[in-house]
Amino acid sequence: MTGSVTLFGLAGAGLVGLGLYGIIVQGKPLRRLLSFNVLGAGIFLLFGVAARRGAALGLGGDPVPQAIVITGIVVAFCASALAVALMMRLEAVEDDTAEGDEGTAL
Amino acid sequence: MTALFDIVLLLLVLAVAFAVVSVRDAQTAVVGFIAFGLLLALAWVRLSSVDVALTEAAIGGGATGVLLLRGIARLRNGKGQPRGRALHIGAATVSAGFAAAIAGAVLHAPDPAPTLAPAAMEHIAALGLGNPVSAVLFGYRALDTLLEKIVVVLALLGVWSLAPDALASGRPDLRGAALPSDTLAFLARTLTPFGLLFGIYLAWTGADHPGGTFQAGAVLAAMWLLVLMAGLREPPETRNRLLRGALMLGPAAFLAAGFAGIWLAGAFLAFPPGAAKPIIVLLEIPLTLSIALALALLVAGPAQRAPR
Repeated sequence: MTGSVTLFGLAGAGLVGLGLYGIIVQGKPLRRLLSFNVLGAGIFLLFGVAARRGAALGLGGDPVPQAIVITGIVVAFCASALAVALMMRLEAVEDDTAEGDEGTAL
Repeated sequence: MTALFDIVLLLLVLAVAFAVVSVRDAQTAVVGFIAFGLLLALAWVRLSSVDVALTEAAIGGGATGVLLLRGIARLRNGKGQPRGRALHIGAATVSAGFAAAIAGAVLHAPDPAPTLAPAAMEHIAALGLGNPVSAVLFGYRALDTLLEKIVVVLALLGVWSLAPDALASGRPDLRGAALPSDTLAFLARTLTPFGLLFGIYLAWTGADHPGGTFQAGAVLAAMWLLVLMAGLREPPETRNRLLRGALMLGPAAFLAAGFAGIWLAGAFLAFPPGAAKPIIVLLEIPLTLSIALALALLVAGPAQRAPR
């Protein structure tokens, strides 16, 4: 089992790398948000590995990191929702200013 | 055999993640992200974390997926200057370095692994809960959970405050998320009763088995969103006092129970011996309601139609 758990850890490391790459290379805010979520998923998976390695007393894993990941997933979702709302507002404001500029030019 | 399954699963996870960060089309990336969430949920099952698997499938893949699909439907796909080759190479080098450093830490993890499982199990009988994850969330780390329930409401407050002034107390608009069709309406009418039942079951069983307020809240939120997207019901106006009260009910009940703990058990968020389980199960009812409303409204976004 230990060998297999290590594979999950390596996959988590890979996801962190991929997410970071996406955040740097992608120009569009929504794509950066997606990459941010991939990065986060990698970190959560590392927590999962820590939990599984800490399995004891007949439990499938250490419940403390598992509970932290549940909290983390919900908070990441909230942050994403706020980010999407900010992006939409930013576009609306940009549209308004663009229209305003045309108005004064005429 | 199971090792082979794990290897294939993890290769799939990495391949889909690569597609999500690098594919050109935004819609393909979001659909890939939903698939990524479901594959990750499978990985969590393989790590014996069924509670996390449920959360990941419902919130990480499901709710975030709908949110992002709504995002690409509304946002212009332009913007973002193309990046140069040098930046790509630099980014790849830095990211690979980070991944390698973490992989090194994974390969040299301490042995035997540190664990809090014995500490968590030592007092679980006093809480009367059969699910150790719920015991951590509501017993040992109740303060984290309380603050998190408040963070969800704060995030919603942030989203709502991004509406233009004239619309701020009006309704969110979900019509752009899906074209109301007979098929969708039929699905919303047929699936919702079963979904509600399953959501309530998840909240109820969370004390002793995998499940709990977040997972149940996410399932209930999905059912409500389905009804809203199918056009069977209007989303509520954000100024609706009943709605605002229901959103605050869960955190307020949790906070009240916390202060009652000072008086009944001698510490903030402490539960009186023997009564912990009934208090926690009772608390889960308003918490599930508030979290379900908040998650659905976070997906629905700020108000876009003026109040009537």
